[in-house]
Amino acid sequence: MPLVLTEEQEMLRESAHGFLEQKAPVSALRKLRDTNDPDGFDRGLWKEMAEMGWAGILIDEEHGGADFGFVGAGVLAEEMGRTLTASPFLSTSILAATALKKLGSDPQKQATLPKIAAGEALYALAVDETRKHGPAKTAMKAEKHGNGFKLSGDKTFVADGHVADKIIVAARSAGAPGEQDGLTLFLIDAKSKGIEIERTQMVDSRNAARIKFDGVEATGDDVLGEVDGGYMALEGVLNAGRAGLAAEMSGSAQQAFGMTVNYLKERKQFGTEIGSFQALQHRAAHLYSEIELAKSAVLKALQDLDAHYGMAGPICSLAKAKAGEVAKLASQEAVQMHGGIGMTDEYDIGFYMKRIRVAQEMFGDAAFHADRLAQMRGY
Amino acid sequence: MSDLETFRAEARAWLEENCPREMRDGAGGEENICWGGKRWQFQSEAQKTWLNRMAEKGWTVPAWPKEYGGGGLSKEEVKVLKEEMRKLKCRSPLESFGIWMLGPALLKYGTHEQKLHFLPPIARGEIRWCQGYSEPNAGSDLASLQCKCEDKGDHWLINGQKIWTSYADESDWIFVLVRTDPKATKHTGISFILVDMDQKGVSTKPIKLISGKSPFCETFFDDATTPKEHAPGVSAIVGEMNKGWDVAKYLLTHEREMISAGGGGLLGGRGMGEVAANDIGLENGKLSDPLLRAKIAQAEIDGWAFLLTLERMKDEAKAGQGVGANSSMLKYYGTEFNKRRFEILMDIGGSDELEWEGQRTKDGKLARGWLRTKANSIEGGTSEVQLNVIAKRILELPGA
Repeated sequence: MPLVLTEEQEMLRESAHGFLEQKAPVSALRKLRDTNDPDGFDRGLWKEMAEMGWAGILIDEEHGGADFGFVGAGVLAEEMGRTLTASPFLSTSILAATALKKLGSDPQKQATLPKIAAGEALYALAVDETRKHGPAKTAMKAEKHGNGFKLSGDKTFVADGHVADKIIVAARSAGAPGEQDGLTLFLIDAKSKGIEIERTQMVDSRNAARIKFDGVEATGDDVLGEVDGGYMALEGVLNAGRAGLAAEMSGSAQQAFGMTVNYLKERKQFGTEIGSFQALQHRAAHLYSEIELAKSAVLKALQDLDAHYGMAGPICSLAKAKAGEVAKLASQEAVQMHGGIGMTDEYDIGFYMKRIRVAQEMFGDAAFHADRLAQMRGY
Repeated sequence: MSDLETFRAEARAWLEENCPREMRDGAGGEENICWGGKRWQFQSEAQKTWLNRMAEKGWTVPAWPKEYGGGGLSKEEVKVLKEEMRKLKCRSPLESFGIWMLGPALLKYGTHEQKLHFLPPIARGEIRWCQGYSEPNAGSDLASLQCKCEDKGDHWLINGQKIWTSYADESDWIFVLVRTDPKATKHTGISFILVDMDQKGVSTKPIKLISGKSPFCETFFDDATTPKEHAPGVSAIVGEMNKGWDVAKYLLTHEREMISAGGGGLLGGRGMGEVAANDIGLENGKLSDPLLRAKIAQAEIDGWAFLLTLERMKDEAKAGQGVGANSSMLKYYGTEFNKRRFEILMDIGGSDELEWEGQRTKDGKLARGWLRTKANSIEGGTSEVQLNVIAKRILELPGA
């Protein structure tokens, strides 16, 4: 498949670009932060996105979705990365939709996917328990209890955890922390007894939560996929999330870079535009090259998720690692080249640096994915 | 069956019939290349047969028009032919600066008579060309070149010096950038001229590099001459007089694209991690040197992302978006990456690969290769020049 967007995907990109610039620019995120909005995103805007088919971008038409595939979802994520749009898109429309679509039983799909597509239900994926990502490290217990399970343990860095109606959670039904075998995924109502959710105010002004599970009861019907065999299933879902985050970071990097290049053309010092200085030109040209590499890795990851979902692990690691490193570089160069104004809260560039820092950490930073790739390649 | 599939079947059958066994070992590498030319010594009878058969078919330059010695194939057919050659592990029958550089320049800027005169001998491997661009005082600032070319009625008189002329000591003809109008501004007094090297006025001297090899020469022009017309209607100047800079720029872009299309040499060959696992060894499934492992993993990420970028740019070019100034980006990144890759390979090799001579290292093959990569980011425009091009043409930064 050629490594370019199809006409249809390009049209989606253009319409998303126009919509987000108008409805959800960085100033919208700033307002959510400054008003300490209890949701951390705009429910009205999410409703509009759902009406345009974004909430169900990965969901098949049978279940009310737009069925645009991962490339389509990535195109939207990239555009949201440009405007730093706060929305439940990643947790609900990429992570949960992928999990339910790939792992759900027919009744589970029937009960969940149409609501997601309609923008009527919000989800969160709870995986991490420690400061660094690592699904195999999962210690949260899923003890057999009658015909079902009792879940106990603590989850952290759960995106959209405090607004979710349902939580998909990874717990250990067998084995010991560090082992891949023995994980099970559960689909739990966020209002279940024994769940305690603490919203965490993150550096990027976006949503996350720490969630305590204290003997939360789950029935067999709440199991998503296979008991004890959830690791690879979870990896698939995480890969989709990693590619989505990589696409988002690629968008953020491109936007921050574009703002920087514009600034280099406008700002005058020593009687001339600072963009005429070779020291800055070469750094900008290098950054341009790196961003092009990140774009290629991201597009390939999205295409491979559509074409060979089960084999997309390495390319998703590549995309997440490369986009993360490049986006960090883009945000750092952006602040430095803007000089003093880049350090001010009033100027938008700092928002990019903060969001990129969070996004590159989520579901494995560059070191995590470099290590994973090295293991996959036998060294 | 589509036309392309028919062509594939025919090409395969022809290759199987005509490619000698000895030429089907897939051997690449500089030492196995057939360069052609008047002084070429074939390494084997098979190499000669292979060249002659392919030349007769027009497949040494399959995309060139038939009347100029090419195969007249479409882009798709050329791709199919290359694929079939790869499958049968056929060696390339002929490589040369005539094919890579002068041919494309003539096809774009030459007259019909020039093409008819110069292209077929290139396609048949009869004439070996070299490129006279850089001068001792005109490197990155190529347009400041001073090699003088005077109008002497029926011929041109050339005086000056070129440097970094690849294989000039083994070549028959040279295409040279010369100054035909010393009073014009820097970029406007330059012409692109074709000169027979078999004359008293042209001499060459190999330059020994840090790798111990001498792929480049200095080339001297002392009252060298070239006729105004090499044959009736065949001008020695390609393109318009004093507009050689256009031809030069076109070829520089073409050269960058070729260098980057080769992935700066990183296509093929074993991965760094694989080499390290084999040479250094694993502990609990991981490379025993954790810092080296991290360095390799990061480099493999960049290498893979770069290869995908080459692929994407090619696909975009096909979709009509064109590579344009991005060839500078690819040249910059690819060559810098190749240097980084060889640094890591030398790290992996340790003291074993530092043996400069002897059987164990094939006379320091890796070490010499490592040193050779240092030229990658200098030749064909330095990395710094490529960054300037990106800043000016893509980012449109001021005053670059």
